[in-house]
Amino acid sequence: MGLLGVYFRRTVGILRTEVLVLPSRVAVLVFIVALMALPIFTQDYYFLRVLILTSIFAIFAASWDLLSGFTGQMNFGHALFFGVAAYVTALLNLKLGLPPYFSIPLGAVGGVLTGLIVGIPCLRLKGSYLALTTLAFPIILTGIVFAIPSITGGELGLAGLSRLTGSRVMDYYLTSGLMLILGFTMWKITDSKTGIILHAIREDELAVRTAGVNTTRYKLLAFCMSGFFAGVAGGLYAHFMRLAGPSGLEVGLSFQVIIWAVFGGMVTIYGPIAGVFILYPLMEILRIVLDQFPSLPEIRMFIFAALVLLTLLFMPEGLIPWVRDKIETECPRCKVRNVFSRQRCRICDAALD
Amino acid sequence: MILDIIIDGLIKGSVYALLAIGFSLVLGVARIINIAHTALYMTAAYLIFVGTKLMGLPAPLAMVASIVLTVILGLLIYNFFIKPIQEHEAAVLIATIAVAMMIQEVFLMIFGGHYLGVNPLIDGYATILGVKVTYQHLLALGLALVVLVATRMFLQKTRLGLAIRSTAQDREVANLMGMNVTRVAMGTMAVSVGMAAITGAIVVPLVTVEPTMWMHPLIMMLAIVVLGGLGSIEGSFVGAFILGFAESLVVFLVPMGSFLKDSVALSIMILVLLIRPEGLFGVSFEEER
Repeated sequence: MGLLGVYFRRTVGILRTEVLVLPSRVAVLVFIVALMALPIFTQDYYFLRVLILTSIFAIFAASWDLLSGFTGQMNFGHALFFGVAAYVTALLNLKLGLPPYFSIPLGAVGGVLTGLIVGIPCLRLKGSYLALTTLAFPIILTGIVFAIPSITGGELGLAGLSRLTGSRVMDYYLTSGLMLILGFTMWKITDSKTGIILHAIREDELAVRTAGVNTTRYKLLAFCMSGFFAGVAGGLYAHFMRLAGPSGLEVGLSFQVIIWAVFGGMVTIYGPIAGVFILYPLMEILRIVLDQFPSLPEIRMFIFAALVLLTLLFMPEGLIPWVRDKIETECPRCKVRNVFSRQRCRICDAALD
Repeated sequence: MILDIIIDGLIKGSVYALLAIGFSLVLGVARIINIAHTALYMTAAYLIFVGTKLMGLPAPLAMVASIVLTVILGLLIYNFFIKPIQEHEAAVLIATIAVAMMIQEVFLMIFGGHYLGVNPLIDGYATILGVKVTYQHLLALGLALVVLVATRMFLQKTRLGLAIRSTAQDREVANLMGMNVTRVAMGTMAVSVGMAAITGAIVVPLVTVEPTMWMHPLIMMLAIVVLGGLGSIEGSFVGAFILGFAESLVVFLVPMGSFLKDSVALSIMILVLLIRPEGLFGVSFEEER
């Protein structure tokens, strides 16, 4: 009992000194608690479905940020990883009968291999060349998918995968839990030594090479890691929808993930996750609201595009960094973040402006 | 068959060349990857449909009006949505994607997803070497070539053309030489959108007009620009004809060709990039400062 008390007090201590001092950390805590506690209040089938898809796409958007935001390897064809992993997962599940907890990781390995295959030709390219070249890969694959319908199911895709888990609530906990774990992992990766090198490659690749770092290896690593996380998202999607089809390779999906990530704020990992959690449910709400007015033409995507455009006009850095800069200031001396209302830094007591 | 392929390849090639040159002008001068470029091409096509079919204007008048309106629209988009956020590259990128989506949705709202068509300017066909070629195809080919030559003349002989080329080569030095780079960017945008609109006007009788008609040309255009070398006009021209012919060869000769046409064109692009990372006519950009 006494030991439990010690742990409890320590947790509370960490909460008070590390989490509750910053609004952004409080927001993350509230978000996690709300996400985990949600099925207690509602188990609505449709509602959970929206949130499951949101979680899957959040993993996907964050993986784009890891590659394109942090490493600066602008990827216009991120749907490739998603689609390949979905197809690999579906084939393993349907042809070999592997259960989801084997087929999804193996699908993610498929994503890693795709990252390698795409990464090697792309290593020599930079900037706009890279962006436009990566756009090509999913389109090439779509053509192949359509040309060999005996394996890939052609236009209809592969349907009838086994369910993710037995129930919708379990599906929800699996996807949202994985989203939190993988999101945290990605955030930790960007915070680690590797992450710093990736960050430096984006800022100035030549300087990093001069410093004796094998940038080629790190760029390939970024492609593979991004492919892995996107692959997990693709596998989850295939098993949840019980379908792997060419829609997972569409140009539209690649653009969509860029919109989510840039809207939320690039180079943050949590920005893209927040972007998906704002935009995806919003679109579903809009669908429900607009269904009340059947006389209106289909204006959902129009509103979506207009919203993104207007947000960017006022916050070109993305939504989350903008909000973060409003509610927090960085200490000029020790670079620790503080609430905007503080006059002096909470660590070093320097005056904040 | 062979003549079919040649005519089809020539038309596709010159259409793609027009689009790709306009796109790479803006890319070179203002460093904007303008995803909405082909959406503006679609806008011109729809405006011609409105002009000829719904308002009953004579075709040439409708073409001119649609080109002018599209250019105005393009400049408004540039001024209000792209210029304010120009220094944020990623933001500009998705701004243009969002603009393209908005244009698509507007047409989807007004006209629905129906396949629409415009009457050809001239009916009838000629028989060349035993193959029927409609006059409309020949007219489109001729017009496209005329516009290509005119663009070339414009870039080489006029002051604005010179300004565009020099700004594309080195933005800062152009600025130091007393060029108003913002104005040049504006002018380039107008020229580029104008070319997209003209392309739309030329091909509209040959294609079906529908809200997603911008997707395929967009992909081909991006592939061409990369294949030819970013910012290189000659590169865009040559690349356009290579991929145009590749596309029509695949469509006519390979079984399941219409599924594979994009794949083959893009594979060619990637193969070339593996050998020459800077594209066929790669002018190496100055290191981004």
